[in-house]
Amino acid sequence: MRIPCPHCGERDVNEFRYGGDATKQRPAHGDKDFQTWNAYVFEFDNPKGPHEEFWQHTLGCRQWFRLKRNTATNQILGGGQ
Amino acid sequence: MTSFRRLSQGGRIDRGRPLNFTFNGGKRQGFAGDTLASALLAANDIVVGRSFKYHRPRGVMGAGLEEPNALFTTGKGGTEEPNAIGPALELRDGLAARSQNAWPSPRFDLMAVNSLASPLFASGFYYKTFIGPFQKSWMFYEPFIRRAAGLGKTSYAADDVRHETRNAFCDVLVVGAGPAGLAAALAAARSGVSVVLAEQDFELGGQLLSGADAALEAWRAETVAALQAAENVRLLPRAVVQGIYDGNHAIISVGGTALESLRARSIIYAAGAVERPLVFENNDRPGVMLASALRSLANRFALVPSQRAVLLTNNDSAYEAAFDLAAHGVAVTVADLRREISGALMSRAAGQGIVVFPESGIAEVIAKPDVRAVKLSGRHAVTIECDVLGMSGGWSPLVHLTAHGGIKPRYDEAIAAFVPGAFASGHFAAGACNGVFGSRAAIASGDAAARAALGHLGRAKLPAAATLPEGEDLAYAITPVWNATQGSKGKAFVDFQNDVTAKDVAQAHDEGYSNIEHLKRYTTLGMGTDQGKTSNINALAIMAGLRGVGIGDVGTTTFRPPFTPLTVGAIAGRSVGHHFRPTRRSPLHDWHQKNGATFIEAGLWKRAWYYDWAGKTPQEAYVKEMELVRHNVGLSDVSTLGKIDVQGRDAGEFLNRVYVNGFAKLPVGKARYGVMLNDDGLVLDDGTTSRISETQYYLTTTTAQAGEVMSWLEFLAQCHWPELDVHLASLTDEWGGMSLAGPKAREALALALPGVDLSNEGLPYMGVKDITFEGVPVRLLRLSFSGELGYEIHCPANYTEALWEHLLKAAAPLGIKPYGLESLASLRIEKGHVAGLELDHRNSLDDLGLGKMASATKPFVGDVLRQREDMMAPERWSLVGLELLEAGKTLRGGSILFAANDEIKGHGRGYITSVTWSVELQRFIALGLYQGGLKHEGEEIICAFPLKNEQVKARIVSPMFIDSKGTRLHA
Ligand SMILES: [Zn+2]
Repeated sequence: MRIPCPHCGERDVNEFRYGGDATKQRPAHGDKDFQTWNAYVFEFDNPKGPHEEFWQHTLGCRQWFRLKRNTATNQILGGGQ
Repeated sequence: MTSFRRLSQGGRIDRGRPLNFTFNGGKRQGFAGDTLASALLAANDIVVGRSFKYHRPRGVMGAGLEEPNALFTTGKGGTEEPNAIGPALELRDGLAARSQNAWPSPRFDLMAVNSLASPLFASGFYYKTFIGPFQKSWMFYEPFIRRAAGLGKTSYAADDVRHETRNAFCDVLVVGAGPAGLAAALAAARSGVSVVLAEQDFELGGQLLSGADAALEAWRAETVAALQAAENVRLLPRAVVQGIYDGNHAIISVGGTALESLRARSIIYAAGAVERPLVFENNDRPGVMLASALRSLANRFALVPSQRAVLLTNNDSAYEAAFDLAAHGVAVTVADLRREISGALMSRAAGQGIVVFPESGIAEVIAKPDVRAVKLSGRHAVTIECDVLGMSGGWSPLVHLTAHGGIKPRYDEAIAAFVPGAFASGHFAAGACNGVFGSRAAIASGDAAARAALGHLGRAKLPAAATLPEGEDLAYAITPVWNATQGSKGKAFVDFQNDVTAKDVAQAHDEGYSNIEHLKRYTTLGMGTDQGKTSNINALAIMAGLRGVGIGDVGTTTFRPPFTPLTVGAIAGRSVGHHFRPTRRSPLHDWHQKNGATFIEAGLWKRAWYYDWAGKTPQEAYVKEMELVRHNVGLSDVSTLGKIDVQGRDAGEFLNRVYVNGFAKLPVGKARYGVMLNDDGLVLDDGTTSRISETQYYLTTTTAQAGEVMSWLEFLAQCHWPELDVHLASLTDEWGGMSLAGPKAREALALALPGVDLSNEGLPYMGVKDITFEGVPVRLLRLSFSGELGYEIHCPANYTEALWEHLLKAAAPLGIKPYGLESLASLRIEKGHVAGLELDHRNSLDDLGLGKMASATKPFVGDVLRQREDMMAPERWSLVGLELLEAGKTLRGGSILFAANDEIKGHGRGYITSVTWSVELQRFIALGLYQGGLKHEGEEIICAFPLKNEQVKARIVSPMFIDSKGTRLHA
């Protein structure tokens, strides 16, 4: 798999680090609601098909970005932002 | 009797270049252009090995990678390799090949007794021995089976072969250089795109190399020359495309020693097809071969059966072999299982003196152990003496690679074979691998596939269709006969490599293992090094017959990479030995090496473990080094600490959010110990962070978590808190650091840095000071890991060694010496500092005795989920100190802790994380996690170490073993 880094362009997946589900909104800093944090940290859908994820170009420019990927085929559906 | 003769001319061998090789120690000679198999057959080495389960004598069956029988071990020691495929192995001078599965020799194999014990190896034998009342019998059978089974043996010697890994890109990858592949590569090359043509053979041409058609050979030679001359084409002979992965990514093994990772914008599969054997009794006897192999031997290797060949077929293609053998003077008889045979074939056969018996099978193979004669069944039940029996069950397209992406092949009734079911975007197929048989048809389909690929690449102008070589392809008609057994004596093999017979398939069906994936696992059919290239289709067709369903409904098993056996060395490439993973070295590494350090691996780092001035063993040395720090002064390398420069208007707010304790109000020039949590409320890391200016902090992390923390902070800053003005830069490699510690540390530093105010006012405990020393920026941090008066001195990596040497020299009058990681880690245990062994991502702040650090006035990462019910439980395993109570014994890391009256069983109430000899207390002490923690202070407990069957008594004490008031730190 090759991943388009928004800064460096298309690179091998080995240069990247996976950062998890990007479809969820991180609760605001200071949000005290237990359920909100519990859902954010522990509850995931694990979809088969199109998904939006966080990736970091760790062995490159260190940019974190969102990437749309088909989890079943590894097809990249939308570049980083 | 099976024997071959070399023709005096013709073929693709170079008679002017003889090659010497050995087979089972005996001297042999072949020619350049030979394979190991053709050279052995030329020497009339007919029995070349024994079969896997029954140890039946076996000869060469195929003409290429599909070969199930003729596997050899080559080389010796560091170059030894098992399971080389004889018909695919290019002969080279000095090659040493040995038979497998045969002892003492393939002709006389003592293990052939397996044939008598054959019930042992019926389908499901392994299953049955492991299940139910048979379970115990495994103990009985195991040694026997272990000795008898196994395909080849590997050497224990280190691999002497140098393997390489490389990455490459191209516009069009063409898999296979037969007529379809050559045509595809040529058309693509002429349009100017970059082309890689990968071919497993050492010559380019595929089936054309085994043919005898002058027009096709002229086309082949011309095309190969054009491709060789084209600068945009990379020809890869001896290259097997082993797997196709996501994103048009091909893994190609080249020459057996290199692995190429190729990204292609488009892929054209032209992998060809392999001929199937027919299933009849004793179809495995040496001298029973695929008809295509006989044809290949004749045309390519100038090797024909000495006198007479019988061919058994259910399709037209075997006649090509018949014609070519007859042309070289071999007497040929064809037993055709079909009733209808085309008139054109019959009349051409008659013209060449070939006898054809329609509706005939093989009643008996008379072999001893190689073929002597065959008895036909049907209307012409004659017995014919012969050298070889060629068989053709039709052709199976090599759909493997097209299926690697998960696309199931589709059954095509017209050719009685599976073809690619569909293609991923940018993938195309041509020739026999796509069910297009006949060389001219393959050329046309390869040419068309190239134009489709060019269209996919967005080429506006596509080349015109290629002109085909003169002549006509032989038509291909097949009437499948999947089970050609005649009810006579003997085993009818379906899978030759795994010794699976038609009867085994029937038994699996009777016992309910009729799903094709179950059949595979129950009988081992399709496993092994050939992965069923010749057996899968026959097996599933027989199973379809037993189940009374269509072959397409039975389906194939899953095709997985690699396509052919691949050595582990090829996969590992250069990532062996110390190249297995990167090595990180501190800027002081060379100094340590020159000055008596013994190194230890800590993650990727090599760290100075202890120095020889202190002792010859780590046990001896670390105690000496601890004494140095407790009583005098020592210098230790802490360059591996994670170091992060945090800058920006909101740097203070950012750190306030990620640390449990406050950093926004930290005064400039001060350092503070901080702990950060994960979102789940468990401890992530700790370290000291200091404020350099209003907008700049210098953050340190543990060595182990440096990368993790950096990524995490970047994640928060970039993805979640973009409103904060904060910038992060790792200085871990850019800056080195050293820890100066001991009662004389201030004196030592004063000697090294005269003129710097090191008084308690000038640089108080937890104070930070940036100075310039001889033009080099140096950061002084007064902090202590050991519990003694201490300083960390950080500076750019290029100057770290010079500064280190300067310190040692300047403070030499005080007796300063270096101390290593072992004593550094032991000193912190005495002081009760947690470190990597305690920070294992499973502990809460309270578990580590750090609960009081958490701010009550500001939110921080993890503050909500750290209050989960389970994490607030009173009996959690939490940090304690332990003192050994029994003289002469020792505490061990990893020991399981039990209360005094507990039964010593199970996971206990905790475990020891870190152990050291305390120079201060003159006894073994430890840190550990214990249920309920310091609530049990003063209790006597048991530390069990089951591996050594040890149990010792210890007392729970405060983890701060020394100087609990911290007077030394503030000295
Ligand atoms: Zn990048």
